[in-house]
Amino acid sequence: MSSGPLASIREVGRYALFVGGLVAEVPRALLRPGLVVQQVYNAGALSLVIVMLSGLFVGMVLGLQGFDLLERFGSEESLGTAAALGLVKELGPVVTALLFAGRAGTALASEIGLMRATDQLAAMEMMAVDPVRRVVVPRFLGGVISMPLLAAIFSMIGIYGAQLVGVQMMGVDPGQFWSQMRGAVEQADVMEGVIKSVVFGLSCSAIAVYEGFHAAPTAEGVGRATTRTVVLSSVMVLLLDYMLTAILL
Amino acid sequence: MRSNKAMEIGTGLFVLLGFAAMFFLVTQITSREVGFGERSYRIGAAFEQVGGLKPGAPVSMSGVTVGRVESIGYDFDAYQAEVVLRIESRYDRIPDDSDAAIYTAGLLGGQYVGIGPGGSETFLQDGDQIEFTQSAIVLENLISKFLFSRAEEAGTEEME
Repeated sequence: MSSGPLASIREVGRYALFVGGLVAEVPRALLRPGLVVQQVYNAGALSLVIVMLSGLFVGMVLGLQGFDLLERFGSEESLGTAAALGLVKELGPVVTALLFAGRAGTALASEIGLMRATDQLAAMEMMAVDPVRRVVVPRFLGGVISMPLLAAIFSMIGIYGAQLVGVQMMGVDPGQFWSQMRGAVEQADVMEGVIKSVVFGLSCSAIAVYEGFHAAPTAEGVGRATTRTVVLSSVMVLLLDYMLTAILL
Repeated sequence: MRSNKAMEIGTGLFVLLGFAAMFFLVTQITSREVGFGERSYRIGAAFEQVGGLKPGAPVSMSGVTVGRVESIGYDFDAYQAEVVLRIESRYDRIPDDSDAAIYTAGLLGGQYVGIGPGGSETFLQDGDQIEFTQSAIVLENLISKFLFSRAEEAGTEEME
């Protein structure tokens, strides 16, 4: 592939066309929910343990850092608010998306890439089975469905992690912790997190399946595709996060 | 088919847990707003000065939240701010000679509307207007009044 600005523009165009093609196939893919459910399992259920564990530790760190910061202003009772807002609006969607890119995105890219390298995709085409419809779209949808659920689980576990440190270890009043949180957090804050995780789910899944589908059909090509998936997804998530925050705030 | 069964159970658990988490976020960590639906009624109140009052601010009686500020507009006939309050239907026995005042929660807190009950036997209905209102206290006005009065005192002392 040649380099230069024209090649970059072409790459962006190929991405857009590919994603457009995916979206056009979505209604048809929903007619065969079995394939999608299997991918929800692969992308979501198998990422559950890592997401829950990370959520717990991120929440606990928030509890610790938040307590230390708020104690200086004598307002430790706001810990619940700080932890819940931080998790629901930022850390939940972003950290989950980064974990998703590492855990599920790489699996998607290498799986599809290997199918390409071992000519399975070509074989499907030979049998008049559209590989995009049969292989790519269910995986894309599985990722899109899984991401908001994973982010919500992450935030919930994280809030309990913050509660564990703040209330059990540091002695913040549990009533204050929960009531201040309920008083300050609004439905719009939760919606902001959900919108973010949906957008991240779309972009991470699209990047993973694109890179896998267009991988060079060699061992090296599959490796490159997985690396590119993680790098591109992470950068896109952080960039989109800033833009979405600016819009939604 | 054992692996298939495990997959289905795993997916089911994951989806259920995900929706449970969403439900938790929406219901447990956010405050339940007073129903802005059918089970509430509107009353109006005109204020000289609303200060920093915002739509969504609580309306309270003796510290109990009974409703929310729905909207704040300007009435060019009376040259006053017109505040619409949404009161929950179960608080339907507010006397029609009650008064409304704008208070500040704490020194730097947000502003809210406090209703003090009157003695009337008839109660406020949907669309009624609260007659007796007391404006928000604007701190800058208080300070400037205080400073001017001090300056005036100093001036009269000098004349004497």
